[in-house]
Amino acid sequence: MTTIDTHAGSSLGTGDGSLARSSFLVAVADWLTSSDHKKIGRLFFTLSGIGVIAAGVLGVLVGIERIDAESSFIIASGSETQFVSMFRFVMAYIALAPLFIGIAIAVVPLQVGARALSLPRLAQFGMWSWLFGVVLVVISVAANGGPTGGDKNFVTLYLLGLALTAAGIIAASIPVVTTILTSRAPGMDITRIPSFSWSAMVAAIANLLSLPVLIGTLIYLYVDNEHASVAFGGSEGIWTWISWGFTQPQTIVFAIMAVGLLTEVAPVVARTRQPLRPIMLTGLGLMSVAALGALTQSQHAFVWDGSARDVVEDLVLWGFFNVLPLLGAFIALALSLLALKTGKVRISAAFVFAFLGVGMVLVGLAGNALYLFTDAGLIGTVFEEGVFTYIVYGTAMAAMGAVVYWGPKLWGRMIPDKQVLGLAGLSLIGTVLASFPYYIAGFADQPANALGEFSYEGPAEFWNVLATGGHALFALSVIAFVLLAAKSFRSGAPASDDPWDGNTLEWATSSPAPVNNFVELSVVGSPEPLRDVKPSSQEVSA
Amino acid sequence: MTIALPAAHAPAPKRQMLVATTAASTVAAMLMAGMLAVWLRFRAAAPVRESSDGLKLIKDWLPANLHIPEVATNTMFATFFVGCVMAQWAVYATKRRDTAHVNLALAICFIIGAAIINAQIAVYLQFDVGIADGAYQVMFYTITGTMIVLVALAMVFSAVALFRSIGGRATSTDVFSSHALYWYAITVIFTAVWFVVYVQK
Repeated sequence: MTTIDTHAGSSLGTGDGSLARSSFLVAVADWLTSSDHKKIGRLFFTLSGIGVIAAGVLGVLVGIERIDAESSFIIASGSETQFVSMFRFVMAYIALAPLFIGIAIAVVPLQVGARALSLPRLAQFGMWSWLFGVVLVVISVAANGGPTGGDKNFVTLYLLGLALTAAGIIAASIPVVTTILTSRAPGMDITRIPSFSWSAMVAAIANLLSLPVLIGTLIYLYVDNEHASVAFGGSEGIWTWISWGFTQPQTIVFAIMAVGLLTEVAPVVARTRQPLRPIMLTGLGLMSVAALGALTQSQHAFVWDGSARDVVEDLVLWGFFNVLPLLGAFIALALSLLALKTGKVRISAAFVFAFLGVGMVLVGLAGNALYLFTDAGLIGTVFEEGVFTYIVYGTAMAAMGAVVYWGPKLWGRMIPDKQVLGLAGLSLIGTVLASFPYYIAGFADQPANALGEFSYEGPAEFWNVLATGGHALFALSVIAFVLLAAKSFRSGAPASDDPWDGNTLEWATSSPAPVNNFVELSVVGSPEPLRDVKPSSQEVSA
Repeated sequence: MTIALPAAHAPAPKRQMLVATTAASTVAAMLMAGMLAVWLRFRAAAPVRESSDGLKLIKDWLPANLHIPEVATNTMFATFFVGCVMAQWAVYATKRRDTAHVNLALAICFIIGAAIINAQIAVYLQFDVGIADGAYQVMFYTITGTMIVLVALAMVFSAVALFRSIGGRATSTDVFSSHALYWYAITVIFTAVWFVVYVQK
């Protein structure tokens, strides 16, 4: 087993002030320019984690505006679309999309037995492009840009920022795919890829298919806004053309790795191998059908009306784009539960986060299928925002599970399980409160994306108060998690090399993993190479 | 006690460049596919009116006074295929360690890229309309301009591959195969653009 200095350089801080300052600057410069995938990935998902908190705060502001539909509290009249689009942007492209891309950049090379990420500079470029794009979008919307914005220059800046954000996610996805396809350990054929890495590959390819279509539309909008404003309606038409990138099925693509995390953690907590693994991998693959739905730039509703041929056509498209991703997630969840049944379960906080998070994503996916069933009368209502919130917050919960699970390998220290379990419960309550009231309000016909001037029968204020509280609770649980993680990774209990009794290669190297990941690698003989050299739970109990 | 970890060897390259180029080519293809889809949607939604003599229906899409110079566009279309042949020639010559021919093929690829951009500029000059003159003009300049960017990237790729070859780093075919793959990809992409924008209009 490899032994390394897990806290090299810590003595530098005890010297005189100038030495401490210079070592701090060196450390900052190292983090900002490093080509080590673990640093790039950690920076990516830490920044994205801040985005999750921002999403919760914006969710609270949106909720407050809706509590009293007659008057406006914070948002000036006429800027509702700008605010809603900003909320959607923060949820989808700051919180949701890069969260698991960052985790994949940090973890996938370790999982597949690679000594480095392929094209690390491209991953780094992706992260900076994403961050720069995010900053441009925030500045432009604050300065009256964005959809329906009144300042032409800042509208243009918004489009540029959004394109850079999407380009960053694409650029960060390419190294993930390339690493998995070219840098696997000896003996790890394509069927032996760990399930999280498989989900990362599927999600990254789905990003490569769907996000360029969004960029293509943004280029049109950019040129039109800059020169003529005749083809796409200037800033007024922007949201019509790009809103598909901020809703389902595009968001489902971003949630694939959350499901992949559950399929990774479940066999580990059961100390067993994943039963029916090929079917589970197929389930993860089925979720990527959402990308095909996204690149049609529309949602596919099922209308139970017209001729038999029309009904069948609608049913096929609705089922293909909306039910298949749900089926894929359900298969993955069911087989994860089967893994628990076949092994001897030792519940950990990482599993609880992943299980609850995927549960929320599944509720969102089921809601999405129902939303697009036109006879339910939900299209155009706030029900869709409930679906969106379930998927975003469910994925964020799973990401917290990923930090608990892989934190020891990336930072070399453990997050205390018992303390973090309470936060899993809190974030679950926050997610349900932030989402479910919108399901009910959707049935009561509360309009989508409207912040005021609506009325319907029923306790409208109550549902919106609940949702506001849910967003606040979720933001608080994420803040508490970030603080606990920061404290634990700084001064928590040192982690052993294999703290979870894991199945995959990342647990075969030291904690934290060294710069080049592995000193030496054995030939991989199964999808769970460490399980090959460990007794199974059945053998232990026997 | 601290035991320093010995530096590990760099991962053995297994056609990383080729896989990454495949991914990048997919991105380029999807970018243009999305733009063509928007083009087709606009064209399909263009209003239809009767001609002045009332004998036929006219779709108000391509303005009547605009004429796309077909000689230049068809020449561009053919030139892309020549670029593919040159790029594949570079791969062929690399496998035979024929550096002179590799360099020649890559240099021709670069020049072909410049020729394609030159032809596109010629189309713009003969087109002689402003970008702000209407919806069709906005979309035409945007989609063809994006295509120029993809060709410019191919030229950069050709130049980098050429410099690597001149610098004596042409021992692996990975870079040259990737370069050829990108040329194939943009040729397929331009074929779609040529058919939709220049043939069907």
